[in-house]
Amino acid sequence: MTKYNARGFARLGQSGSIFGMSLIENMDNYPLKVLSSDMSVVAGLDRFKRTRPDDFYNVGIAEQNLIGLSAGLASEGFRPIAVAQAAFITMRSFEQIRQYLGYMKNNVICVGINSGFALTFFGNTHYSIEDLTLMRSIPRMTVLSPADAGSAVKAFEAALNHDGPVYIRLTGGLLSPIVYKDDFDFTIGEAILLKDGSDITIFATGTIVANALKAAELLMEYGIYARVIDIHTVKPLDKDAVMSSKHSKLIVTIEEHNTLGGLGTAISEAIAVTGNMPSLLKLGVQDKFMEVGDYNYLIEQSRLTPELIKEDIVNKFSNINI
Amino acid sequence: MRKRILELAHKAGSNGAHLGGSLSLVEILDALYSQNLNHNPYDMNRDRIILSKGHGALALYCILEMKGIISKEYAETFETNGTALFAHAKRDVAKGIEFSGGSLSLGLSFAVGVALACRSNSLNNHIYVILGDGECDEGLVWESVMSASHYGLDNMTLIVDCNGLQSDGFSKDIMNTDSLESKFSAFGCTVLSVNGHSERDITKALTAEHNGRPKVLVAYTLKGKGVSFLENKQSSHHLVLNDEQYKIAIMEVEND
Repeated sequence: MTKYNARGFARLGQSGSIFGMSLIENMDNYPLKVLSSDMSVVAGLDRFKRTRPDDFYNVGIAEQNLIGLSAGLASEGFRPIAVAQAAFITMRSFEQIRQYLGYMKNNVICVGINSGFALTFFGNTHYSIEDLTLMRSIPRMTVLSPADAGSAVKAFEAALNHDGPVYIRLTGGLLSPIVYKDDFDFTIGEAILLKDGSDITIFATGTIVANALKAAELLMEYGIYARVIDIHTVKPLDKDAVMSSKHSKLIVTIEEHNTLGGLGTAISEAIAVTGNMPSLLKLGVQDKFMEVGDYNYLIEQSRLTPELIKEDIVNKFSNINI
Repeated sequence: MRKRILELAHKAGSNGAHLGGSLSLVEILDALYSQNLNHNPYDMNRDRIILSKGHGALALYCILEMKGIISKEYAETFETNGTALFAHAKRDVAKGIEFSGGSLSLGLSFAVGVALACRSNSLNNHIYVILGDGECDEGLVWESVMSASHYGLDNMTLIVDCNGLQSDGFSKDIMNTDSLESKFSAFGCTVLSVNGHSERDITKALTAEHNGRPKVLVAYTLKGKGVSFLENKQSSHHLVLNDEQYKIAIMEVEND
């Protein structure tokens, strides 16, 4: 286990913390093979490549083959980690992940870097707002979406010890906000209550969790007390955490992702079968392609800044109370 | 073996079977399984035979039965409810099946990973991959061949069952995969053309030098080989064999 250093991790971002630190610390503990489709420099894999050249394969710009090779290596007992841009590893290789990892049970860890809006001026081809939808639709897949860089290290280490294929969705950039200042327990499938409150429950996932927490602070000025829960595991969903929101007056989901198919959908599925649950406000990308801009612009356009989250919640909340 | 393929296809009744592409594979599989290969499923050093053209599964089940790797009773579960032996072979190493086929081109990419792993583990074995020529329409085939060649995987042999037909018709009309030899050669493989119905030719090519590269056998075959009304016919791809057709077919392969 890598020594927990929230500020150090934050400086490196999610991808840099995993590949620059945790991977190096753990490389002797597992029969690792790391594969990338021409994204090793961006992902922060230089140190691993230098240290373990025989355990690294760069397959070129070929995400489908990336998963095929990883699956073949897994079938022979290696623990492959496949690294590519989130948009391409999950969309271009969707079928490969379904057949090789889901159906054939090859335990590969797929790491999607630069998910959400991380690639700003690269445009919509590089935004990844469907990866949760796709990955959670595959039987046997575990889908992790960590809230900060420290949590990303925790997710990666949990994935290494997990028996089954895993997708890890990495969001945010360098110097991303810290959600977990101190070491904490990360268990796949167990959501984490970050803040308690009596009025509403906010479920959030990925680095946008930081904005959910800030929004919860702002809501207190309006007399609305929010619980904030980090859903770091989108699949399997923590049903107990969902049930814990039954006494809230409103459930809110927040994701840097399409509201169709991702966290909001997962929560809605869980509460719909339970019945007698509070109504649901799904915040995130409202099923559209974006006008291109920097990260703050994109977050603002999709109404995911703390201020806009607060505004949408206040509006919805006042309507329920009438 | 052709007779057994027809028997199981007939037993499958209205479920139908991929007869054409199984009948074209007969000599390829015969030649391959007559090599001195290690089929011990519990030995890491076993040779891996990966059927990438998954719809050739019926031929694979028959050769596995003939070689005593699966039982007659097990083979006869072909296309019965709940069976593991359906139209596309499903991975079961203990039963001699290395790969879950069905989605074309995925076997080859997987095989490159297996070949890398075997080399990395310093295993003394070989990886054989069987592809169809129609399958070579798929882009992933070429990503995979490029990587096999890039990594200098001389522990791999690809055999292309080149029967010239795909689901919709002749490959030259649907998507021309002509000159596969030059294509594989341009991708850096050692390439040999063989008569895919001559066990002698295939065997000779299987033992030919790799020259430090993956080796490709472009094996020219006839889809539906051995049965006059199926041979080189588009309709042989997947069909239900009625009693009359079955009788004629059996007679033809017995007299061959």
